[in-house]
Amino acid sequence: MRKHPLNTRRDFLTTATAALSVSAVAQSGFARQSPSSSDPNSVKKSRPIAWVNATLLPVDKPQIQNGVIVSSAGKILAVGEAKSVTIPGDATVVDAKGKWIMPGLVCTHSHIGGMGAADGSSPIQPGVRILDSINVRDSGFRRALAGGLTTINIMPGSGHLISGQTVYCKLRYFESSPRVVDEILIRDKDGASMGGLKMANGTNSQGDSPFPGTRGKSAYLVREQYLKAREYQAKIVAAKGDATKLPPRDLHLETLVEAMQGKRIVHHHTHRHDDIMTVIRLSQEFGFQTVLHHVSEGWKVAKEIAEAKLPCSIIVLDSPGGKLEAKDMTFSNGRVLDEAGVKVAFHTDDWITDSRLFMRSAALAVRAGMNRDKAIAGLTLAGAEMLGLGERLGSLTVGKDADIAILNGDPLSVYSRVVETWVEGQKAFDLNNTQDQLYAEGGVKAGSDIDPFLCCFAPAWQGGAK
Amino acid sequence: MIHFKSKLLNALFGLSLCGPYALGDPPLVVQAKRVLTATGSVIENGTIVCIDGKIKAIGKTGEVAIPENAKVLKSEVAMPGLIDVRTCAGLSGILNVEHDSDHIERSSPLQPELRAIDAYNPREELVEYIRSFGVTTIHTGHAPGELMSGQTLIAKTIGNTIEEALMVDGRAIAATLAEASSKSGKASPGTRGKQMAMLRSLFIEAQEYQAKRLAKANPKPVPADSKEFENKGTDSKESDKKKEDEPIVRNLRLESVDEVLSGKKALLITADRAQDIASAIRLAEEFKIKIWLDSAADSHLMIDQIKAAGLSVLLHPSMARASGEKENHSFQSASKLKAAGIPFAIQGGFEAYVPKVRVVLFEAAIAAAHGLEYQAAIESITISPARILGIQDRVGSLEVGKDADIALYDGDPLEYTTHCIGVVINGNVVSSVVR
Repeated sequence: MRKHPLNTRRDFLTTATAALSVSAVAQSGFARQSPSSSDPNSVKKSRPIAWVNATLLPVDKPQIQNGVIVSSAGKILAVGEAKSVTIPGDATVVDAKGKWIMPGLVCTHSHIGGMGAADGSSPIQPGVRILDSINVRDSGFRRALAGGLTTINIMPGSGHLISGQTVYCKLRYFESSPRVVDEILIRDKDGASMGGLKMANGTNSQGDSPFPGTRGKSAYLVREQYLKAREYQAKIVAAKGDATKLPPRDLHLETLVEAMQGKRIVHHHTHRHDDIMTVIRLSQEFGFQTVLHHVSEGWKVAKEIAEAKLPCSIIVLDSPGGKLEAKDMTFSNGRVLDEAGVKVAFHTDDWITDSRLFMRSAALAVRAGMNRDKAIAGLTLAGAEMLGLGERLGSLTVGKDADIAILNGDPLSVYSRVVETWVEGQKAFDLNNTQDQLYAEGGVKAGSDIDPFLCCFAPAWQGGAK
Repeated sequence: MIHFKSKLLNALFGLSLCGPYALGDPPLVVQAKRVLTATGSVIENGTIVCIDGKIKAIGKTGEVAIPENAKVLKSEVAMPGLIDVRTCAGLSGILNVEHDSDHIERSSPLQPELRAIDAYNPREELVEYIRSFGVTTIHTGHAPGELMSGQTLIAKTIGNTIEEALMVDGRAIAATLAEASSKSGKASPGTRGKQMAMLRSLFIEAQEYQAKRLAKANPKPVPADSKEFENKGTDSKESDKKKEDEPIVRNLRLESVDEVLSGKKALLITADRAQDIASAIRLAEEFKIKIWLDSAADSHLMIDQIKAAGLSVLLHPSMARASGEKENHSFQSASKLKAAGIPFAIQGGFEAYVPKVRVVLFEAAIAAAHGLEYQAAIESITISPARILGIQDRVGSLEVGKDADIALYDGDPLEYTTHCIGVVINGNVVSSVVR
């Protein structure tokens, strides 16, 4: 059993206090969710750790055969060839001979911890936060660590045109598990939790009234709301800070304004080529920064996506189909998009694919001809960039968070295993640990006792896909 | 029950590429740096000679005579065409809409009479898709989700009609013991207890039906001193006589169940939870029937019971999701079954959403990465499913006399980045797409 040291309680109190102190900010601005001055579990005092004799995949630089990486105070202190790195005198030195070390994996699209943001009352609910529904005790977080993941974007589902705000999380699951969601949030320099906005088009977000029944209606409803948000924003600007002239606060419109201001990245579910073009059209009309997600038919419009300069976070599934929109899905999507000049990341869409097998997505893309380095970047740095976190994580770079995955072989081989995962300089997964083995291999208590709620999927006995 | 396609008919109608082999086609020779035979040892630099749809010779290259005019295929690795021991491909289509979904019939919980041959679409894209990774034989049919959803069949992944593809019609009847079979409201079954009660009642009904049919076929002479009828009314003998004259109305449902009772068909029971596995074993013992445990996520918790009952397991895909009834899912189940000596094969299974089909090659690879020895992983998608399904005389290994079903790869077939570069069925190249 895992112990629950007292410091978890202390961290919780610190977080709560911090939240109170910035409540004024929350009232005057946007996107201020339970802020805290620092990440509660980050390491400040422990000794530096130096891994030596490792094969390093820094991602922003070529592979290093006999490499050293040093972590200190939760950050990467040094990285490079053995002869070029000075190991601090007080460092704990770990012989990583035979091991491969890469940045902790970044999943741009996950449903671990729950999916409940928007409800069935309306197809457009940008003010609803996934933050308020996450179960930090979901065993899925530990399973994700077993796959080498350290950062995930938890998304609401695709059953709405706009299903709510996403939240970027660090898997700070150490010897003691987080007790509240605040402990796993990634915060900006002002202490606010970070996240994007989930949007969707195509068939998943269609349905009976008030949901749209066609693609044309879907786009219309979205445009209508963004136009409203534009007017709302104009009123705020016109008020010039005069509280008596401000419009009444509207959480939905505030969120759309954040998207148009580039403060909140739009993570847009889309499959078919024509739906992809619709996303590009709307992004350009309203100026929101967009990441295209899934993009099953991206290969059909790769040139157009490249011209629009939109990055793609793609899913790799074992077979096409399941619904008409996904019938032309192919392993070669990543290769075609990359060759067209599109930035490509992968995602798990966990529970659609298992986070423990995330590296397999990149490997299957390589099977279909994708450049190997680009595929590995698609598990790490490209994803970090798509979350606006590229400066903080996603590569083995001095100054970035010490988030690393240690493997016993090439990450693109089926036979390789993640042996350790470290988050901000602390060990969060160890394949030698009996409890962690359970999450890595499965068994009683490793899985989720219920099937997650998905917008467009029902168990076989309830009719299957929508 | 095994249907052999007439060679003559094929020759006459010129069915070649997609159909079964034609007499007179040039011989096909496959040469590979490694030949994984599945039953024998690995042959380094091997040659396989295929004539008239069968493997005529196999051995080290240079030691096997190559026929004149033979077409020669070369690859890094050759292995037996893969067998998916449990899928719904061909009944459950790629679009997953009403018109291509024939894997489950909702009108009644007990429909063992539904035949898979009447529902299977050999031109379904997903059949071709899994074939392109090396799958040459599938045991497909009605899906989990109803208490007894219908029958299964065994087919090659070729053919313009089911008749061309068919190996075995009506191999098993599919049943499900799970929440999956439960109905809401007042409809039955609503509980696990009721599921078993309904199944047992059906088997008892089928036993009685069969007894009646037997009695009709072989009327028993009534002994003169029999006291059997003493307590019946005076006209009992007359009414019995009347009943005997009535023809027995054929009942397809009970006839189908009777084929399980008589051992002609297996009962495939989808059961993930330990208590459902226990129920399946109880049912098999009560009615002395041949059952296969399908999916069986909790099988790693029930090793002793499964072993004692002498059952085979059609194990869920390694990458099945670890939630709901599969919350105890373990990547190590295959290796644990192997260690216990329980016959098992790894299936592609049924998926209600995405991915619409799973590829057994990938599923075996994940098992191999989680403790299953390499050879056992290869067997789990070749000879093991062949033995469980009872088709080991025709497929499942590279041996002289067996069907020339071969999958070719440009490296270790289980590795993520290896490609399937060719697939041979009945001695014909049916896929050369690189996947």
